[in-house]
Amino acid sequence: MIDFELSPEEEATVKAAHKTAEEVLRPIGRYYDEHEHENPQELIDTMWERRGEGGANSLGVVGALRIEEMCWGDAGLVLCLAGPGLGGAAVFTSGTQEQMGRFLKRFGEGKPVWAAMAMTESGCGSDTSAITATAVRDGDEWVLNGEKIFVTAGKRALEDSDGFVVVWATVDKTAGRAGMKPFVVEAGTPGMRVEKLEKKLGIRASDTATIVFEDCRIPYENILGSPEVRKIDRTKTAGFQKAMATFDATRPIVAAQAIGVARAALDFVKDVLEKEGIEIRYGVPRQKLSALEHDVMEMESAYKAAKLLTLRAVWMMSQGQANSLEASMSKAKAGLAVTKITQKAVELMGPLGYSRKYLFEKCMRDAKINDIFEGTGQINMLIVARRVLDFTREQLK
Amino acid sequence: MISFSPSEEQQMIVNMVKQVATDEFRKVYREADESGEVPAHVVETAWGLGFISSSIPEEHDGLGGEHSAITGCLIAEELAWGDLSMAMHVLCPALVAYPVLEMGTAEQKTQYLPGFCAEKYKPATAGLIEPRFNFDPCALSTTARLDGNDYVLSGEKCYVPLAAHADLLLVYAAENGSSQGFILEKGSPGLEIGEREKNMGIEALATYELTLNDCRIPKENRLGRNNGCDFNRIMNCSRVALSAMAVGVARGAFEYSRDYAKERLAFGEPIASRQAIAFMLAEMAIEVDATRLMTWEAAWKLDRKEDATREASLVKTYADDMVVMVTDGGVQILGGHGYIREHPVELWLRNGRGFAALDGMGIV
Repeated sequence: MIDFELSPEEEATVKAAHKTAEEVLRPIGRYYDEHEHENPQELIDTMWERRGEGGANSLGVVGALRIEEMCWGDAGLVLCLAGPGLGGAAVFTSGTQEQMGRFLKRFGEGKPVWAAMAMTESGCGSDTSAITATAVRDGDEWVLNGEKIFVTAGKRALEDSDGFVVVWATVDKTAGRAGMKPFVVEAGTPGMRVEKLEKKLGIRASDTATIVFEDCRIPYENILGSPEVRKIDRTKTAGFQKAMATFDATRPIVAAQAIGVARAALDFVKDVLEKEGIEIRYGVPRQKLSALEHDVMEMESAYKAAKLLTLRAVWMMSQGQANSLEASMSKAKAGLAVTKITQKAVELMGPLGYSRKYLFEKCMRDAKINDIFEGTGQINMLIVARRVLDFTREQLK
Repeated sequence: MISFSPSEEQQMIVNMVKQVATDEFRKVYREADESGEVPAHVVETAWGLGFISSSIPEEHDGLGGEHSAITGCLIAEELAWGDLSMAMHVLCPALVAYPVLEMGTAEQKTQYLPGFCAEKYKPATAGLIEPRFNFDPCALSTTARLDGNDYVLSGEKCYVPLAAHADLLLVYAAENGSSQGFILEKGSPGLEIGEREKNMGIEALATYELTLNDCRIPKENRLGRNNGCDFNRIMNCSRVALSAMAVGVARGAFEYSRDYAKERLAFGEPIASRQAIAFMLAEMAIEVDATRLMTWEAAWKLDRKEDATREASLVKTYADDMVVMVTDGGVQILGGHGYIREHPVELWLRNGRGFAALDGMGIV
């Protein structure tokens, strides 16, 4: 039955996340925005201690709502918190039972630890099938060579903790997608180094690393999924499909991050308007509304639209339903919505909007990444279009 | 528990309505638009599904089912997908039935509700809109004043669907500054029904102007009698219903232009193979879904008897814009062919444009 009500426990989980966002993340967000690459160690340790408390590991709709709340607090800081992240998600979707045990166990014990995903290269972004990093088998080992960029939490995974990075490399360049495989490279593996950290427009608390692999040797068993790759079947792109399946889970999560930032901006705007005694008159005909009221309502409905699409996508996944279309819909909508909402907030707030004294401008900078990572808005539109048209990638390029 | 799935019963209702929309509405919608008439048999077939009577209590001859705004949305979307004029025609009696069901006195329910449970379509309607550009439902020009045992109504209304045939008319008027409903029977003295209106779209639906020349009705006919009605809720139920219909119209346009774009060749391949067209369709699909979910959320609040003013007005405005964007996209994707009346997309654009102007012409 169509229902939008949370159970009391779920409600409590979301409230707890809001409290954390308000009391722990929000007060230090600006500091780490202005001190890029400085480590919020205390925050990381505190949040690591609290992991698993009060529904912090919730999946599905509540998990998404929790992420919205946290990103309402500060999106950059949320991205630097320890945990399995995208690397863990890849292991979870593509790994064997044995691999899940071996790689994911660390997230339940010990010190804070991260896992990252390394896919993008300087010469390929959205077209992940053009990856040039190579993996060559040498007896009981794989030898990796290549350079990966834009690895979120790459440094934290490899230098600050005993984490790992899931590296996408080709075992046969002539095989295209069929030759692309994910490999787990553990922190401390010789032949791998973090080359540099990017300086970014926003989410500055999050580290974005370049990682270089030079004859980096990893155990044969670290290839995710079936180890049977001696003969590459050119008609099968299962490995690649699984990478794409990871996106079905991660895209709505990014969408949830986006709506968190959007709501933060929207709440700031409403606070200012309330202080000025300006009321948004819902239910009044358009012809009678001020331009300001109209803009705020438009922002609010874009936020709502994005949020509901996001919740639907995660709900479907939690029900075991195929959600590729809905995941991409939510990401495309939320990425664009948060970009527009935060830019509008800066515009509406005039001198306040542009000043670093307030968070409007920061929201706008933090927002933009949501329309780029985990598939740009355009790539997600392409996926939605292919799905609704029932077209292959050859039919719609 | 959050869920985006209609119940089994709701899904059955949707399937039934979809069948009628496909087999009846879609067969004759163009003819109906051109002639300005909805065929009587189509109305009777759709009425036979018993949307309204199913939620009227057994003591008033109904089936005693639950009256749900969410179910109402599901029905409205499917009917409007079939054809908007016909959807509005078939659902028009609800404009009286639902406010009486929710807010009428015991006497009013006994007097009026059984009429909506008859086998034959019950023509009933409501007059809300007034002919001025800055019309505001919360500041009506039409007035009602108590005079002895009567209410005296005066003012002008427009876009009153089926007014010439309706046995019952619910007229909204300002009484000491607040909007209230007044039930008029056919032929009430001072009630003057004007010529049939000619509109840009929704042409198969007969709408009329009304003039109330000191129209006298017994004071018992005030909706909810001494308590009056919760006008704000009526407006929210209307916004949600119209949003659901906008979703139906837009979905029809999206599906039609999608199918066309897959068939139509240009430069040796389907036009849908070009991102310029494909991205329009992607955006249309996303916005149709987003609006539907927003409509459901607002309806869910209505079903919980909570104030849904914010949700309902946000989704209504959003839906007004969405349906124009999507139906216009439909015409655009068909290009020159979209402009020709052989294809339905021009009709859907004309119909879709109506939503922003038509407050109160639907209710869940």
